[in-house]
Amino acid sequence: MALLQIAEPGMSTEPHQHRLAVGIDLGTTNSLVATVRNGIAVCINDDEGRALLPSIVHYRSDGITELGWAAQGAQSRDPRNTIVSVKRFMGRGLKDVTHVESMPYDFVDAEGMVRLRTAQGVKSPVEISADILKILRTRAEASLGGELAGAVITVPAYFDDAQRQATKDAATLAGLNVLRLLNEPTAAAIAYGLDNSAEGVYAVFDLGGGTFDISILRLSRGVFEVLATNGNAALGGDDFDHRLFCWVLDNADIAPPSLQDARRLLLKARYAKEHLSANTDATINTRLDSGERVELTIARDTFVDITRNLVGKTLAPTRKALRDAGLEPSDVKGVVMVGGATRMPHIQRAIGEFFGQEPLNNLDPDKVVALGAAIQANVLAGNRRADDDWLLLDVIPLSLGLETMGGLTEKVIVRNSTIPIAKAQEFTTYKDGQTAMAFHVVQGERELVSDCRSLARFELRGIPPMVAGAARIRVTFQVDADGLLSVAAREMSSGIEASVTVKPSYGLTDDEIAGMLRSSIDHATDDMQARALREHQVEAHRLIEATEAALVEDGNLLDAAERAAITGLLDNLRRLAAGRDAKSLAAAVAEANRATTEFAARRMNQSVRRAIAGQKLDEIKI
Amino acid sequence: MSTDFSQDFFALFGLTPNFHLDPLALETAYHDLQTRVHPDKFAHLPDADKRVSMQWATRINEAYRTLKSPLARAQYLLHLRGVDTATESNTTMPSEFLIEQMEWREAVDEARVAEDADELEKLLLRLKHQYAAAIEEIERDLDKSHDYPAAAAAVRRLMFVEKLQHDLLDAIESLES
Repeated sequence: MALLQIAEPGMSTEPHQHRLAVGIDLGTTNSLVATVRNGIAVCINDDEGRALLPSIVHYRSDGITELGWAAQGAQSRDPRNTIVSVKRFMGRGLKDVTHVESMPYDFVDAEGMVRLRTAQGVKSPVEISADILKILRTRAEASLGGELAGAVITVPAYFDDAQRQATKDAATLAGLNVLRLLNEPTAAAIAYGLDNSAEGVYAVFDLGGGTFDISILRLSRGVFEVLATNGNAALGGDDFDHRLFCWVLDNADIAPPSLQDARRLLLKARYAKEHLSANTDATINTRLDSGERVELTIARDTFVDITRNLVGKTLAPTRKALRDAGLEPSDVKGVVMVGGATRMPHIQRAIGEFFGQEPLNNLDPDKVVALGAAIQANVLAGNRRADDDWLLLDVIPLSLGLETMGGLTEKVIVRNSTIPIAKAQEFTTYKDGQTAMAFHVVQGERELVSDCRSLARFELRGIPPMVAGAARIRVTFQVDADGLLSVAAREMSSGIEASVTVKPSYGLTDDEIAGMLRSSIDHATDDMQARALREHQVEAHRLIEATEAALVEDGNLLDAAERAAITGLLDNLRRLAAGRDAKSLAAAVAEANRATTEFAARRMNQSVRRAIAGQKLDEIKI
Repeated sequence: MSTDFSQDFFALFGLTPNFHLDPLALETAYHDLQTRVHPDKFAHLPDADKRVSMQWATRINEAYRTLKSPLARAQYLLHLRGVDTATESNTTMPSEFLIEQMEWREAVDEARVAEDADELEKLLLRLKHQYAAAIEEIERDLDKSHDYPAAAAAVRRLMFVEKLQHDLLDAIESLES
């Protein structure tokens, strides 16, 4: 007879719940969603068994939005309202976008980020990306049979702060709880490394549709440590298509093509490029709307010739990444190839020659990033198993700094620093009696501010009047594990404290995102409130569960009064979580979070002390 | 909040506060600590845990970065001994060193202007010897003779060598691209 089970006091009676988590590769050309099922990372396919979703959104004038495969045909039919490669516009102003002249869109140059005027109104790249993410979320929830607890979204390692923030905003807008932004090459390294029990230095060469990353990692005893990363956030397979498209225009005897014809030729160029990966020549044969006929054959050697300098553009960052890592090409044990564009034989050859070894091609370059993200999402959601005890240490790709006198950049955090990282720098006043100071936060490697990416501007006011040079203003940069920056400034020399915290958000404020969420048709007001309540309930239960487990494990770190206070708060939380008052529940969650911070700090202190004690023990053993 | 950041970086990694250290022991301790505190381990937990985790992971990264770099490690050790090397004043530097500095600068500038990659590489190699010599002296001053003023002078020399190395690499890089 089975014995009846009784839980330990304070322990949750529910068995450990498997939380639904996914990894999403939001790609320039294609997007994918993957999850871990029965311990194995798998892509979640659509109803027709396809893993890839073309990153294409068609905003029809009748108000219907078509996505993915359904929108593919509209590219040459309705190019202005069919957005492809939207990733290239994320966190970018119009002047930062290459090949604007050959794009069919109606651009609206807006502060921070470019917008696109479509048949359904002006759309921000964040909204368009959110539409792609929503489809993937729906696909995952239908397949997994429940609401997602969270998602890991991948970004190119070389994405700057604006592009990362835009990606996170898109995920929020799509109703996803972002567990982490994960660098694409790092995701690939996780999938490859765990699969092959790899140890040593590896390079991940990731050439996608619109972005290029090179990351150098050291894998040792379950630790994935990124040593350096470099790249080009505006270089990818799209550029090879564009070269071939230009070659067609030069060689076909046709009048300047219409938007529709240009899009048709660009697509033909892309197919020809793909054909040339397996064949020595390709034919472009099409009749244009103008009635003209294009019939051209291109040899692979010609294609190699016209794209030579694009390949060269991948080698310079590769050299820089190795140099930053303090390594030579021969130190690299394996080169993992990621991204559809690495299928081109001349890319393979160039990388093989550079590293003096055959690149590793034993994984699907289209899927490996999503699979790695799924593995990370599974662990971050708390579904970690005993053998999942690996650790990821990633870096920030570009230096962060402040503008100083004369338009020069003062670097505060240098590129390839391991995140999370915080750094403070002190500044002083320029004039007697100066009571305010303006800060300009920038990202990039160049000395002149005008050559770097402007991230945010803010002012510190209320500095007590002093002689020039007497005030001490400390500016602190904090980069979190997502690679996102927040900046704080405070005046130190006087007793008076004035401080401000800035979270750069590039064109979209939190309020704007909330507004978009509210206005999107599938989120009626009731829905929003129900959703908010559900989110607070999830958070409350998480707090109760985690704190009770902590009390069992480390209750001795609290005295009786402290313990009683926490238990009281948890009881209150439990009561409110059962009700429908979202506002009171949110307040109680915030209060419980504040009240348990001290406990969390003491537990972490103890954990660190134990680690140090362990190290000392090791030393004695030696 | 009582996050306990009282240990110095050496104590944090369970290491003796010497300039000479075993890089493998440092790395092992670093990985061990990050495994306990890294935000990835707390992503499913309440905000309080996430906040504390980020503070610790940030501090441990700072500690590792400081101890891993010989220059930062020497400066940090001197700081623990009450000697400040952060001041960039060269007033206490012997004049022959200042002259040498100028000669180096001129050589680098000349090679840069002439776009002479070979010469830049040669200078880089020569600089590596200088680097090694400075490290050796710092180790002697800090770990053996405990002559902190001498160590501080050697640290300032090393700062110059690192800066020059950086400029040389930049120059080589700009020739390549």
